[in-house]
Amino acid sequence: MTWALDHAGQIADLAWRHVLLAGIPLLLGLVLAIPLGWLAHRVPVLAPVMVVGTGLLYTIPSLALFILMPLMLGTRILDPVNVVVAMTIYTVALLVRTVVDGLRSVPGDVDAAATAMGLGALRRLWQVQLPLAVPVIAAGMRVAAVSNVSIVSIASLIGVAQLGDLLTDGYNRNIPAELITGILATLLLALVFDRAVVGVERLLTPWRAS
Amino acid sequence: MIRFESVSKTYADGTTAVDNLSLTAPTGQITVLVGPSGCGKTTSLRMVNRMITPTSGRITIDGTDTGSLDPAQLRRGIGYVIQQGGLFPHHTVERNIATVPLLLGWDKRRAYARARELLETVGLDAALASRYPAALSGGQQQRVGVARALAADPPVMLMDEPFSAVDPVVRDQLQDEFRRLQAQLGKTILFVTHDIDEAIKLGDQVAVLRVGGRLAQVAPPAELLATPIDDFVAGFVGRDRGYRALGFVAADLPVHSEATVEVGTPIVAADGWVLVVDPERRPLGWIDGARHPGPVTTELLTGGTLAPAGGSLRAALDASLSSPSGRGVVIDDEGRLAGTVTAEEVLRALAHERANAANAAASAIAAASPSGVTSPSAAAP
Ligand SMILES: Nc1ncnc2c1ncn2[C@@H]1O[C@H](COP(=O)(O)OP(=O)(O)OP(=O)(O)O)[C@@H](O)[C@H]1O
Ligand SMILES: [Mg+2]
Repeated sequence: MTWALDHAGQIADLAWRHVLLAGIPLLLGLVLAIPLGWLAHRVPVLAPVMVVGTGLLYTIPSLALFILMPLMLGTRILDPVNVVVAMTIYTVALLVRTVVDGLRSVPGDVDAAATAMGLGALRRLWQVQLPLAVPVIAAGMRVAAVSNVSIVSIASLIGVAQLGDLLTDGYNRNIPAELITGILATLLLALVFDRAVVGVERLLTPWRAS
Repeated sequence: MIRFESVSKTYADGTTAVDNLSLTAPTGQITVLVGPSGCGKTTSLRMVNRMITPTSGRITIDGTDTGSLDPAQLRRGIGYVIQQGGLFPHHTVERNIATVPLLLGWDKRRAYARARELLETVGLDAALASRYPAALSGGQQQRVGVARALAADPPVMLMDEPFSAVDPVVRDQLQDEFRRLQAQLGKTILFVTHDIDEAIKLGDQVAVLRVGGRLAQVAPPAELLATPIDDFVAGFVGRDRGYRALGFVAADLPVHSEATVEVGTPIVAADGWVLVVDPERRPLGWIDGARHPGPVTTELLTGGTLAPAGGSLRAALDASLSSPSGRGVVIDDEGRLAGTVTAEEVLRALAHERANAANAAASAIAAASPSGVTSPSAAAP
């Protein structure tokens, strides 16, 4: 406890970096997964290929992906962009399936009604399908959010600072208080991410309150 | 006017849903497509607004081939009421109704004002405007579905089983209101149902489809009931079609005056059934005079259906058959007692009606006959 209080400034700084490294990819991943999921939904022959294909990305070990990034992007080894891009790939891997499931959850008669009213494909996506897919997509976002917070910790091994540093440093220098602080802070952050997703979901689905 | 010209639809899996359909839905009238489940009703409807593309043939609206129009533009000009309602659950009632006006670029104020006006048109409280569909009953949702289709005042409406998801009492009420509404609006309507009673009640013209998407018969309801073209149509129209056909024969019946007693007063010298009326002479029901001495109260009354004066033979027959006294109660436009008729009198009127119809047919044949021979009945006035 005293260790945490003595290092509050450092912990806050690492936590903020952690938020950015996990949060920005979460949003970027969603933005990319929506058109990919939509494409898979509209072109049924593509769906299995895209869902399985993107899903496989998730099985690449995170350390390997972090190390590969500079080679593929031409970035410097210590550049946080490496982590952001890698985490975005993981998020897309999780969310394409979620977006497809979400679009499939839209009742057929509601979708047909939208078409019959004269909404074009894009308006239908934006005004009807996505709003109705929010509950399913939010469920996927909660998984992705927690997963991101957890995976980002590995970035300490390639020298990108965030809460994971407390784990590696605590381990290397045998400071149990630092180690425990790192674990608790990561857990707390995952919880905050999860609650934030649920909060946004509630805001976007006022019609479900009853 | 909507015209199907030899329209067929075969789906990718080889199912032929509609087979060489030629049909005209006249302007300002309700054309009902009726048939068993899977006979291609929804497919036919959706080919009109190009949600489904015909495999062959073409469909025109007022002479324009719908295939030549931009689908989204075409659809915004056609009201569509979907099977099961299909309201947008995430939009309020008024936003649902305003969908097409907003797409057409109306400003929000005007579109929402129109939505509230339509709520009234379809018999809903304006207070429902800001609710979400989940907070409405099934009947209310169906009404909102109709209001949404009417929003931009389209001349053509496609209605796919719009009243099927509600209980029979509400359905009956919705049908009555819809009929009144159409009498004011005069839309060109293609209406789909699998319920032959609904088809006969609402249609100016009824098209019966058989499974495989082939048209069996198109005719006005009375003609469909009187002369079904084959066993399929006869079977579909139902065993009591003869009785139901009476619904289209106007009764011009003389009525008897009926002894009445006003509610709250005692019955004077009566054995058998006495008709009880309120102070305005509106019929309340029948009471067995021999068994109930003393002032009449409403709890003791037995009812029957009431036939409007100048209504159909079916209504008159039903009134007489459902009346405990055997005398059917006929009421005037204000709901006041006009008199009573018996079942025998209704049947006699029917026989008379039949004879007239036969004479009319005979004279039509005689008039059309090239030899110019006139039959005796044709000479009669
Ligand atoms: N997308 C489709 N692909 C293949 N077959 C279809 C498709 N849509 C409908 N069908 C088939 O075409 C036939 C007609 O279907 P349609 O939905 O037009 O019938 P319907 O008369 O509206 O039936 P219901 O009264 O049950 O609504 C059915 O055999 C149905 O299974
Ligand atoms: Mg159907």
